[in-house]
Amino acid sequence: MAETITVVLDVNGVGKEISVEPRKTLADAIREDLGLTGTHLGCEHGVCGACTVLMDGEMVRSCLLFAVQGAGAEITTIEGIGDGGELHPMQRAFSEYHGLQCGFCTPGMILAGIDVLRRNPDPGPQEIREEMGGNICRCTGYQKIVESVQAAAAEMSKEGVSA
Amino acid sequence: MKPAVFSYSAPESIEEALGLLAEHGSEAKVLAGGQSLVPLLNFRLARPAHIVDINGIGELSYISSNGSLRLGALTRLTAVEESGDVSSGHPIITRAVSHIGHRAIRNRGTIGGSLAHNDPAAETPALLLALDSEVTARSAGGERTLSAQELVGDRFFETSLGDDELLTEIRIPALAASSGWGFQELSRRHGDFALAGVAAVVTMDGGAISSAALGAFGGAYAARLPEAEAALVGAEAGEAAFAAAGERAAAEFPTTSDVHGSEEYRRHLIGVLTGRALAEATSNTGGENG
Repeated sequence: MAETITVVLDVNGVGKEISVEPRKTLADAIREDLGLTGTHLGCEHGVCGACTVLMDGEMVRSCLLFAVQGAGAEITTIEGIGDGGELHPMQRAFSEYHGLQCGFCTPGMILAGIDVLRRNPDPGPQEIREEMGGNICRCTGYQKIVESVQAAAAEMSKEGVSA
Repeated sequence: MKPAVFSYSAPESIEEALGLLAEHGSEAKVLAGGQSLVPLLNFRLARPAHIVDINGIGELSYISSNGSLRLGALTRLTAVEESGDVSSGHPIITRAVSHIGHRAIRNRGTIGGSLAHNDPAAETPALLLALDSEVTARSAGGERTLSAQELVGDRFFETSLGDDELLTEIRIPALAASSGWGFQELSRRHGDFALAGVAAVVTMDGGAISSAALGAFGGAYAARLPEAEAALVGAEAGEAAFAAAGERAAAEFPTTSDVHGSEEYRRHLIGVLTGRALAEATSNTGGENG
């Protein structure tokens, strides 16, 4: 048995102590040790963006971090963005505007969309495309994703919610 | 797609990190932002026995400017991109960094890691070559100063750092008041690695170019373009001089073919982008576009 390290991960406001090999990625720890399978793994080398999570509020790729590096950080996954049973406005927009088809890229897309709005609450379509260029979708052709993010921006501005 | 077994340490000071590097030697690999190293680990293209994770060393992350710029090696690319100290004195760095990967990559990726990885298609090595930068490398035995050329020159995916050395600081001299800059890159999609790119800094004396520095990337290795630079000195800024420099740049750049583009195509791009970077640089001399 290889060396393991005990680490406390704070994910979606809940701290949990896990024991992992140093080589275990944060993405795998979130899925396997914490049972939060909303974070998806596509390419596992930092290209597709499906495993995007927020770490101390900044979007990062959880396949390019090791679980042991998550100690002391506040991590937010797709499971942590809604309010109880209520969807986050970005999730609602993806649902209403058909921003997803198979859904595999969606957790990363939604977190990336929230990150875009955090930096600019009213981005244009071109800015959304550039800012979300690190997240790959093989179904939608992106048009509906861009529309979803714009719709979420409008909704959040109406509700006075900040990303 | 899982890394091979390694042992792991997370030092909290430079001294502690240097001790670990001295102890583990060539068996160790430094983990900074990990945006290039972790893919290599996941693919098992790299299988270091020991990882020295320097992310807990706060003293390696800073931006300090008094005309010239000092960047701690662990400074995240997003911090460089968003720094007013960087954009006021060295807007070429702000622009170049915005081309590196995507936001999520820049949030973790570091300026020192990008330089030390020395990917021939990456922006950082060529940019720092064009800016006549120098770096500090430290080991348990002491420290030394290297020019960017000495660090990365004529190399790809490696540097002249020893196994026991840690890149700690990058220093970029102030740009002359009469200088201008240009940065041009072509990639298939925004955020992709460049097919080709050129960073240019020119200093003007009236309408004539008194000095030029060109750093190119997207070939066999990041390189200065000394023949193109020499052709520009004393020339009147304008299309004729830019085209002549572009021809020389295309001829001298050490390019290569791969699945993304042929050697001939990349050579052509270097010529065109050199001309565009020079036009951009000579149009913003004197800090006009800050």
